[in-house]
Amino acid sequence: MDWISPRALTRLGMLNMNRRNVDYISRYNERTSYPLVDNKLKTKLVVAEYGVKTPKLLQVVRQQHEIPHFRDMAEDLSGFAIKPAKGSGGKGITVITGRDEDEFIKASGVRVPAAFLERHLSNILAGLYSLAGTPDVAIVESLVQSVPDLAKYSFQGVPDIRIIIFQGYPVMAMLRLATKASDGKANLHQGAVGVGLDIGTGQSLNSVQFNRPITLHPDTGLALENINIADWEEMLIMASRCYEATGLGYMGVDLVVDANEGPLLLELNARPGLAIQMANGRGLLPRLNAIENLKKHHFTPEARARYAMEVFASRR
Amino acid sequence: MTTRSRMPFFAAIVLLIVAGISIATWRHVELGIPWLTGEQQPVWMVEARINFDGNGEPVLASLNIPEQSPGFRILSEQAASPGYGFSVVDKSGSRRAEWSKRDVIGEQTLYFKSQFIPDPNANRDTPRRAPRPIAVFWEEPQATAVQEILQQAEERSSTPESMTRELIRLMQPEDNQAQNTTLLVAGTNYLDLLVRMLNHAGIPARTADGLKLEDARRRQALTPYLQIFNGEEWLTFDPKTAEQGLPEDVLLWRQGAESLLDVVGGDGSDVSFSILRQTIPALQLAAMQSEENGLGFLSLYQLPIEEQSMFRMLLLLPLGALMVAFMRIVIGIRTSGTFMPVLIAVAFVQTTLVPGLIAFTSVVAIGLLMRGYLSSLNLLLVSRISALIILVIFITAGLSIAGYHMGFNTGMTVTFFPMVIIAWTIERMSILWEEEGAHEVFVQGAGSLFVAVIAFLVMDAPLSRHLTFNFPELHFVVLGLILLMGQYTGYKLSELRRFTPMKVYD
Repeated sequence: MDWISPRALTRLGMLNMNRRNVDYISRYNERTSYPLVDNKLKTKLVVAEYGVKTPKLLQVVRQQHEIPHFRDMAEDLSGFAIKPAKGSGGKGITVITGRDEDEFIKASGVRVPAAFLERHLSNILAGLYSLAGTPDVAIVESLVQSVPDLAKYSFQGVPDIRIIIFQGYPVMAMLRLATKASDGKANLHQGAVGVGLDIGTGQSLNSVQFNRPITLHPDTGLALENINIADWEEMLIMASRCYEATGLGYMGVDLVVDANEGPLLLELNARPGLAIQMANGRGLLPRLNAIENLKKHHFTPEARARYAMEVFASRR
Repeated sequence: MTTRSRMPFFAAIVLLIVAGISIATWRHVELGIPWLTGEQQPVWMVEARINFDGNGEPVLASLNIPEQSPGFRILSEQAASPGYGFSVVDKSGSRRAEWSKRDVIGEQTLYFKSQFIPDPNANRDTPRRAPRPIAVFWEEPQATAVQEILQQAEERSSTPESMTRELIRLMQPEDNQAQNTTLLVAGTNYLDLLVRMLNHAGIPARTADGLKLEDARRRQALTPYLQIFNGEEWLTFDPKTAEQGLPEDVLLWRQGAESLLDVVGGDGSDVSFSILRQTIPALQLAAMQSEENGLGFLSLYQLPIEEQSMFRMLLLLPLGALMVAFMRIVIGIRTSGTFMPVLIAVAFVQTTLVPGLIAFTSVVAIGLLMRGYLSSLNLLLVSRISALIILVIFITAGLSIAGYHMGFNTGMTVTFFPMVIIAWTIERMSILWEEEGAHEVFVQGAGSLFVAVIAFLVMDAPLSRHLTFNFPELHFVVLGLILLMGQYTGYKLSELRRFTPMKVYD
C-alpha cells in the first residue's frame, strides 16, 4: 500500500471531496439551480438562450406509451444517443453508431435489437438512472461526429473536454478519452484516460488512467503529449457562458468538438469530480483561492476566459 | 452560507456536547446510575424479629424503625406478619412500625425487613429545633458526687465533645478517683447515668441503639450508644471507650425515641436482628430510586417494559448513524445506499453476527441470480422491484424452512432483515454489475458489509447499549459529533491513497 501524506496534498493544493462539498458546492451552488443541470433537457433549453450550442434534439420520450413512436423515428436514423434527462456520471447513456438490418450497433460494436432500446427507454422513464430514482424522461440526440484530430486518440466513443468553471472563470480543464476498459464511455472512474489541458493554450499536460500516470493511450497507442485543442479560447468562452445561464458558482462543463457544428455543450455537472487534478498534476485550491480573492470580477465571459488564460497558464 | 455563520454553529455544537455530558454526569451523581455495566452495590438486608406471648387480649406492638441513619440510606421496607394490621406511623419525630390484632393467644412472631445502602453522604441528623438539656434532680449523696465529677471533667475540657470524652473517662471504674464513681455507678444503669449527668451539665444528651452489620448474622442484639448535641448536630460516642463517631459498619436503628419496642397485650416480648449482605446491580438500584427522586422524569425507566425495550433499540440507531458518517466522511468507504449498512446492522443485532452475515449474503446472492432472470423479462422498474420484494420474501422463507429442517434455529432470524431494503440493494447491485462490472459490486458490497459489521459491533457492545439507554442525553454528544463531521473539510483516509500518484508533482 502506498500513501501520500496529508501535508504533501495540502502543499499541492489538492481539493478533496469533503472540502469540495462544504466549501464550494454547498456555498456557491444554489439548490434551486440544480434542476437546470441535473436535467439535460432543461440544460439544453437554458444554455441555448446564451448562445451555447448543444447536439441536436431528435426526440423526447416522456411517457411509456410514446416508446413505440421511438421505433418510427429511429427508422431512418443511422446514429443517435439515448440519454436519461436526469442521469448522472454518464449512467444510462446508450450510443448507437449504425444500423445492420433491424439491429442497432452500439458504440462498442455490439448489435442489439430494437426491443433492447425500448426496454432501455422504459428503464429510463421509470427512473432507474435518475439521481433520486424519480421518474425521468428520455432524450434522443443526434450523434456527435467528433473531429478526426481528437477522435483518433479515443478508443470508440467521443472524446470530451471537461472544464471546471468557478464563479464564471475556467480554472482547470482536461480531455477525456474513452478506452476499451471504459466501454467507450468518457468516464474516468470507469477507466477512461484523462489528459490535463493547459488553460492558457489548450495543450496537453499529463495523462492518467485509473489514477496512474501514462504517456500512451492504452488502446490506440498514440502519444498523449502533444495534443492541441483547436479554438481553445472559444471553448473557454463557451464554458464561461454557462455560468450566466445557470448561476452555478462551481460546476463542470463537458464539451465536445463536432466535425460540422464545432464545439457543443454535452452536459453540465454541479458536482464535478476531483480526478481532473490528477490529470493536470496540480491541485485546484490555489486557483480557486485566486478567484475568490479577486477584488473585482470580470463581467463578460470573454474577459473572464482571457483572464484565466493569462493567470492559469502552465509554464513548463 | 458564509464564513460568518460558522461561529454560532461551533458554539452550538460545543453547547450540545457540554449539555449532553453534564446532564449525564448530573444524573450519574444524583441518581447513582453507573457509567459502566454490571457495577454491583452492596445492600444490607436487616430483619427485625419480634417475639412475644399473647394472652388473649388485643395486641398493639410498636417497634421503633430507623428514619435517617447516618451513613445509610433506606432502600425498601417491608413487614411480614400474617393476620396483623400493619402501619408505619410518625410519632413526634420518630418512626414506628405498628402491628395490631384482636385476640392473640400463644407465641407470636412478627418480622420487619429493611434494605440499607451504605452512603457516606446520607443526610446527617440535624434537628430542626435545637434540643434543650433536660432538667435533672439528684438526691444526696449523689448530687455532690455528680457535682464533683462534672467539675473535674469541665476543668479538663473546652467543648461539649471534649467534656463528654472526659466524663466518660472519669466514669470508668479503673480510674483512680474510684470513690465518687463507684458511688454513682452502684445503683443505676451506667448509660442512663451518663445521659443524666450530661444533661445536668447543660449538654443535651440521649441514648441510641446501633446494629453492627456483619454478613449472615442471626439473633443479633443492639449495642447502646451515647449521643450528645453540640449545638449543630447529634454526635455519637461509644459510652465505654469515649470514641467519637460511629464505626462505618454500625447502623443506628434507634435514635431519639424513648423505647425500641412496646408491646401492649403481650408478655415476654423481645426483638432480635438478622443481617444479610446482598449485592444488587447498581443500575437496578438507580432505577428503584429514580421513582422517588425528582430527576426520575428524565429517565426511561418509568415507561412500560415493552416501550422500554423498543427504546433500547431505537436509541442505538444514532450510534449506527455516527459510524456510517465517520466511515464515509473520514475514512471514505463506499457503501451502496447511504444508510443501508445501519439497517443491516440493526438486523444483525437481532440475528447475532455470523448467522446474520450468512443469511444476508445468501439472500442477496440468490436475489442477484433471480434479478438476472427478471432483467431479461423487460419489466417496468416499479413492478420489477415489487417482484423482487416478493422473491426476497420467498428466499427468506425458504432459507428459514431449510435452516429449520437442518436443525439451525438461526435460520429463522433471516426474517429480521428489512425486505424492501434488501430488494433495493439487490436492484442497485445488479445495475452496478451491468454498468460498472463485478469489481465495483464487490467493492461497494464489501464496503457496506464492513460498515454494517462495524456499526453492529459498536451497537452491540454492552457498554453502548447501557449508555444509550440509561443516559439518553448522551445522544446530544452523538448529534454534536455528527454535525461536527458535517463540517470536516480535511482529506479522507481513502483520498490519501487515491491521490498517491500526485507524489511525483510534489
